[in-house]
Amino acid sequence: MTPETALEAINIHKRFGEVIALNGVSLKVRTGSVHALLGENGAGKSTLVKCLTGYYTPDEGQFIVANRELVSRSPREALRAGIGMVYQHFTLVPSMTVAENLLLARSAIPFAIGWRNFRREMDERLAKMPFRVPLDARVVSLSAGQKQKVEILKQLLMRRTLLVLDEPSSVLTPQEADDVLGALRREATAGDLSVVLITHKFREVRQFADHVTVLRHGSVVGDGATPTLPNEKLAELMVGANMGASVSKPRSASKTGSVRLKIETLTVRGANGAIAVDDASLAVSPGEILGIAGVSGNGQRELIEVLAGQRHAESGAIAVDGAALSSTRAFMSQHRIALLPEEPLRNACVPEMSVAENLAMRTYDEAPIVGRRGAGRWWLNPATLADWGRGVIVRNAIRASGPDAPVKTLSGGNVQRLLLARELGERDVGLLIAANPCFGLDFAATARIREKIIAVRNAGAAVLLISEDLDEILELADTIAVISAGRIALRTTRADASRAAIGLAMAGGAQVNDSREILSA
Amino acid sequence: MSDIDVFGTVMISLVGGAIRVSTPYLFVSLGECITETSGRINLGQEGILILGAMVGYAISFKTGNPWAGVLCAGLAGSMLGALHALACSLPRVNDIAIGIAVILFGTGLAFLVGKPFIEPAAPMLPALELGWWSNSEAIRSALRVNVLFFVGVALTFALRWSFSSLRWGVVLRTVGDSADAAKALGFSVLYVRFVATVVGAFFSGVGGAFLSLYYPGSWTESLSSGQGLMAVALVIFARWDPLRCLWTSLLFGAAGALGPTLQTVGFGQVYYLVSAAPYALTLGILIASSSSERRAAGAPRELRAV
Repeated sequence: MTPETALEAINIHKRFGEVIALNGVSLKVRTGSVHALLGENGAGKSTLVKCLTGYYTPDEGQFIVANRELVSRSPREALRAGIGMVYQHFTLVPSMTVAENLLLARSAIPFAIGWRNFRREMDERLAKMPFRVPLDARVVSLSAGQKQKVEILKQLLMRRTLLVLDEPSSVLTPQEADDVLGALRREATAGDLSVVLITHKFREVRQFADHVTVLRHGSVVGDGATPTLPNEKLAELMVGANMGASVSKPRSASKTGSVRLKIETLTVRGANGAIAVDDASLAVSPGEILGIAGVSGNGQRELIEVLAGQRHAESGAIAVDGAALSSTRAFMSQHRIALLPEEPLRNACVPEMSVAENLAMRTYDEAPIVGRRGAGRWWLNPATLADWGRGVIVRNAIRASGPDAPVKTLSGGNVQRLLLARELGERDVGLLIAANPCFGLDFAATARIREKIIAVRNAGAAVLLISEDLDEILELADTIAVISAGRIALRTTRADASRAAIGLAMAGGAQVNDSREILSA
Repeated sequence: MSDIDVFGTVMISLVGGAIRVSTPYLFVSLGECITETSGRINLGQEGILILGAMVGYAISFKTGNPWAGVLCAGLAGSMLGALHALACSLPRVNDIAIGIAVILFGTGLAFLVGKPFIEPAAPMLPALELGWWSNSEAIRSALRVNVLFFVGVALTFALRWSFSSLRWGVVLRTVGDSADAAKALGFSVLYVRFVATVVGAFFSGVGGAFLSLYYPGSWTESLSSGQGLMAVALVIFARWDPLRCLWTSLLFGAAGALGPTLQTVGFGQVYYLVSAAPYALTLGILIASSSSERRAAGAPRELRAV
């Protein structure tokens, strides 16, 4: 007999040193339902799930799965209890085929693999599954949506009865997300499958979840059937009552006629040698934010790398104010180019070096850090640097133990503050290139960055904003381009933009047809 | 002798030489292929090769049985491989640095223990006379092929099949391609890499025994001249495919046999120049197959150095 409750968490506590990650979380997931776990980054969603799947041991509390308590709390025991985790970062083996990956998911792989029998068995079992995948394709060649499907199929083939999905739509187009989540919802309604959906998107909660639990700062702040909790209520619960309103700075001066950044027929090869950016042309004017939307892995990384001088272009031209882009310090300071990459600690800082040194990376050889003339021009005085750094730290409210503290000791939000100070705060900006600047940051830090980007634009900078978060693009951009498989698939202005058209372009027209066929099959 | 005869003799002795010289390359590269497929580089193969050569020769001399020598060479290699694997299992340890330490350690140990075995003559490994049909001594000696070469060829095909159709082959590739995926599936990454390094080192040890027990066929301190390291480069060129390891080993073997072959027909003056061919080939291959912006196709994704 199927128990009424698929999963019950009772009073889960977990702390990491000083930080309380989970503070007495309790929830119940009904069998055959989709249960959303809603919360901001850092609210404790992932910690809770890691405790459930055995990667962390909770300090206090217990999990009851299908009427039995999880005792040893190892990943293995969680698997045995029928809990399947579908990760945001896929756990498929990239250079193996889908069939090989499905084989690996078996509890017992035979010593010698009879491929013919295995294929026959797979074909039979896959016929009963909610969606199809090409068995002989290598995983690297699949789209993110297809990969997610393979992950889910893997779990279903292993007869997992409780699936945990970790932010599935962060790597999918809106259509792919609908496709996957819709199929899982039908599966749940029909049978014994229960789904825990970790998300921070209201749309997904609204559309696919029967029940929602809201977490904030490690505690349950709201819990109820989805229809009883309107979006406004969810937002208030998620971010706290007085932070709900999104900060939107007024926009001044519209863009001028001239073009600041011009990219013409740019083609770039990726790390695997394949074409990553394919014949892309873009132009950004002063006072304009051009937002590039797209699912991750469609050429954004390579485009950024070329603009930042980390990768050579195969062909095409990039010009700033009419001069061919060269990634020298002289060129970047002459044209006042600023960069805000994702994961700034990794991509824009030297973690072992001090706060002051990281702050000075653009200007260490200019006054006031060095003297204006004579020997002072090439003499970098540590005391002067520290003094200057102290000033910047105070002006930008960076929380650090001092200018000499290594950057790696700062929290994520403060690294971001440091970067904003270095790239935007302390100097005039002509061109800003930002890639997923708010990735992994909390609500306040995100608002601060978005406000700053708007301010820079209003001051007359051209901004190229690459983001995988469509909401961010729709909030900030004046004009929008969609990149799909390295090509610019759509160009539109913010006024004319529709979510549906952008989603369609993100998927590349053909692929969408494909997934529809699969859905109806 | 006419020109055509000279050319024919050169070709045949080049083929024979290629087979002879390629055998240690083949064993080391197959071993390294296993290790690298699991996502780890064992640069220590050079030290393992030399230790294997010394142990193989010493055991063959003491027992009078060259096959016992081959077995012990493999086991000695495994021990050194285990050392490498254990050191690399520690957190924040770099496999390249450990590999260099293993080269130095293996070489030093072989020279230390091997001193008394430089003079005496140990029984050699047997060869198959594939040139029995000819009455030309040149052809007969060129086609005298050692049994180990055929073992290596059989191993090549066995490995290729195992990688796709045996459980351990699939697990090995999983661990080498995505440690995260392997962990999520419940495989022990460190254990798989440990076994892969130990088994890979066994083959390298056997390759070393071939050097001392067949060709050149004695134990001296200058026995190996970087074959172990070149075999590591060779695996990159062979793109982690055992069958391509075989072809590439033969190519390296041919390059190595070029000098001696030309010497037999009287081009002695270019001997030293042509002897550099394998090294030039290694350099060329490494330049051709490396790029700062592109990853070698087919590379196990866990290999950080490629």
